[in-house]
Amino acid sequence: MADTAISVTTVLEPETAAPAPAFERPDFEIVPRAGLVLAAIAAVLLIVAIAANKLWPLMFLHVAGGAGWTIIDLFLGLVLGPIIGRMSIPARVEFTTRLMPKMVVIMPVVVTVTLAAGWQLGIKTGNVFSSSPNHGWVVASYIVVGVMAVLALGLLEPANIAVLIELKKPRPNPAVIERLMKRFIYCAGILGVMQIATLVIMSKLASS
Amino acid sequence: MNERPLPPVTQLGMASLALIVAGGIYLSAHLPQHVPLGPALALLAASALLLVGNVIALSRVRDFAWERFFTVGKWSLLAYVVIAGMIEYAFLQDHIRGGTLVVLTLSLVVFAVHVPMLVGFTVARYADSEARVAA
Repeated sequence: MADTAISVTTVLEPETAAPAPAFERPDFEIVPRAGLVLAAIAAVLLIVAIAANKLWPLMFLHVAGGAGWTIIDLFLGLVLGPIIGRMSIPARVEFTTRLMPKMVVIMPVVVTVTLAAGWQLGIKTGNVFSSSPNHGWVVASYIVVGVMAVLALGLLEPANIAVLIELKKPRPNPAVIERLMKRFIYCAGILGVMQIATLVIMSKLASS
Repeated sequence: MNERPLPPVTQLGMASLALIVAGGIYLSAHLPQHVPLGPALALLAASALLLVGNVIALSRVRDFAWERFFTVGKWSLLAYVVIAGMIEYAFLQDHIRGGTLVVLTLSLVVFAVHVPMLVGFTVARYADSEARVAA
């Protein structure tokens, strides 16, 4: 990733009158190309694991992907989110330009790998079938994941992309960044709390 | 922040996705028993209607940043077609067939179109923010 710093001038909205000082942000790619290679490798591993339908690769991808997804959501939503909210605007911009491009690649990959491998694992172990004694817990996990998916796809992902495109402009509008980041952080917080429900359900499934 | 009024594209999109998810949960919760497709079809139809409504509402907006919308939307569409394709692949591997497969495939189509539309809309609605800054 490029480390070049670019000087950015932000000017507040006309009604707030006074211009904000210029600040520097690192140059960045909205979608890091190196990350796409890793995403493609993960996709190939997932396809092979589903085609092979063996317990260990499916378990590995589900547990590894799920751990990544849960930890990122919990950490971002409950630890980093409040910290970002208290940062100065230049610091927030610099942090955002370094974090968000990685999130664009990481989150869709860990979510797809976790869900697809988990579904196949459930078919293999029989947990997804209505005859399973764990079926109620599995349906509860569908509901939790469903709510998380709607929030992530409808609010979080669009806000993530929009913030990056706004930051790429020679004169980003801080009000737009503020609004989108607020949306992103609140969403991440809700997802973090919902991940606790996922942990309860998954640990119950794994221990029964 | 001064913003011109826009149709509730995000809200309708999220409602459409929620209906798709509800249909998916309904179908998968009944496996491997025979599932009555009526409720899933109704949820899919409602979701597709919201998608069509969203497209119509958005197409009526004057001076929208369509170039930005399509630039971002087409790359998002590519990403979500890949994701939907992988989910479809898992369904085929699990020998899901017949009406259930049709409903799930159409649900994936709505998902793969609506999410890029939401991404494109969110980006394009702020496309002229620079001009507002410069004003």
